[in-house]
Amino acid sequence: MSVGAPGFMAVYRREMRAWFTTPLAYIFVAAFAFAAPAFAFNIGRFFDTNRADLAPLFAYLPWLLMILMPALAMRAWAEERDRGTLEVLLSLPVSLSSVALAKFAAAWTVAGGALIATFPMWVAVNFLGQPDNLAIAIAYFGAFLLAGSYLAVGQALSAASGSQVTAFVLSALAALLLTMAGLPLVTDTLSGSAPAFLVEAIAYASALERFSAFERGVVGLPDVVYFLSVIALGVSAGGLLIGTSREAGR
Amino acid sequence: MLSVDAVVKTFGRRRAVDRVSFDLATGEVLGFLGPNGAGKTTVMRMIAGRLEPDAGRVRVGEFDMLTQRRNGQRLIGYLPEGAPAYRTMTPREFVSFCLQARGWSGSKLRKARELALERARLGDAGNQQIGTLSKGYKRRAALAAAIAHDPPLLVLDEPTDGLDPNQKHEVRALIREMAADKAIIVSTHILEEVPAVCSRVIVIAKGEILVDEDPDEFSSHARTGRLDDAFRMLTRPQAEEAVS
Repeated sequence: MSVGAPGFMAVYRREMRAWFTTPLAYIFVAAFAFAAPAFAFNIGRFFDTNRADLAPLFAYLPWLLMILMPALAMRAWAEERDRGTLEVLLSLPVSLSSVALAKFAAAWTVAGGALIATFPMWVAVNFLGQPDNLAIAIAYFGAFLLAGSYLAVGQALSAASGSQVTAFVLSALAALLLTMAGLPLVTDTLSGSAPAFLVEAIAYASALERFSAFERGVVGLPDVVYFLSVIALGVSAGGLLIGTSREAGR
Repeated sequence: MLSVDAVVKTFGRRRAVDRVSFDLATGEVLGFLGPNGAGKTTVMRMIAGRLEPDAGRVRVGEFDMLTQRRNGQRLIGYLPEGAPAYRTMTPREFVSFCLQARGWSGSKLRKARELALERARLGDAGNQQIGTLSKGYKRRAALAAAIAHDPPLLVLDEPTDGLDPNQKHEVRALIREMAADKAIIVSTHILEEVPAVCSRVIVIAKGEILVDEDPDEFSSHARTGRLDDAFRMLTRPQAEEAVS
């Protein structure tokens, strides 16, 4: 499948307009801007750490993204199906890969906006001390990639499911699996019953493990490739699943 | 302009379309008739490239819709069943979106958009959100998007469904106006539309073509010469068979 620029731009603009002509994006960004610091202050004990960094924010960000990204992703294809507008999209001379990519890019833009909404905390730690701003920027980059991974997987599941609610539940579950795969809770449980290579492979696929490198201010090429691969896989799967509806008629 | 050759579509165990074949030339307006569930919408979706046939071929212009789908879709204006459109957009934005996706931009796009809105008689409703419009205006918005790129083939699935008599009259007038330089397929349940706009009639039932002829021949199937009697005579045995 090739990517057509007019199709991509038209769908991207339409998606952005759909986000911002309704209160959806504003509510989402506001909720994120409120919840992320709330986690950092109340659970992460931001002030008790006595350090000028954003570690308490980034420690809880994956868990917040795990719930909020499926909420952003669920409408991608399920809404098109519900409202019948998939008929319009599939009758336009555009490639499905460009449509899938545009839908992802628009949702990722909103996710990026939500992350930017937490920047006041970054400004605050600069008032309180002298943080390593490069390390914080890297952690934000990692959070952006992690959000993209959850979104891409969520949009693929939105293409696979008939309703937005189902899409949300499946996406949240998938994000939970992707996040928790590397936790000792999972690896220790599995190590008793599963072969070592499988436990290692599952731990290797853990998004949390990959994100922790960014949290430490380290950008590893394999970690970036990992996140970009999950995104590419999710976006392609979404486009391909919708493509099968040309045969199935759903 | 259009060649449908022995297309077959099966959903699960049900054969929705069974070896349907017909050709359509520029200047023809084809009335596509049939009872509910006859397979009209499925055939139209296959022509529009929304659905792929299990067997058979659809050609639009010189393009095979299976192997050169996007080239074929550039030549088609499609009004899907129920006239779906994005609720948060205005008709003006919706028409712009469809044109942009087809690669249109700038003054050419604006000109085509305004002409389409005018032809579909959207009036002031052109700037209102589609979700807030009446059924008739929603249908006009979808119709404007279907005709905006001036396609040589129009596939209109029940374009007058839900419209009041004045609106129906206007849509029929628009179809007649466009008929000279386009090939048009119109599916409908409203038989009075046939003599009003169609130059040819195909009746389909249980996925098969029953008749393919001009409107006068079609009405002669009933002794009364009435279209609804002819329709019932042709399709009732099929419907009864389906029920039993």
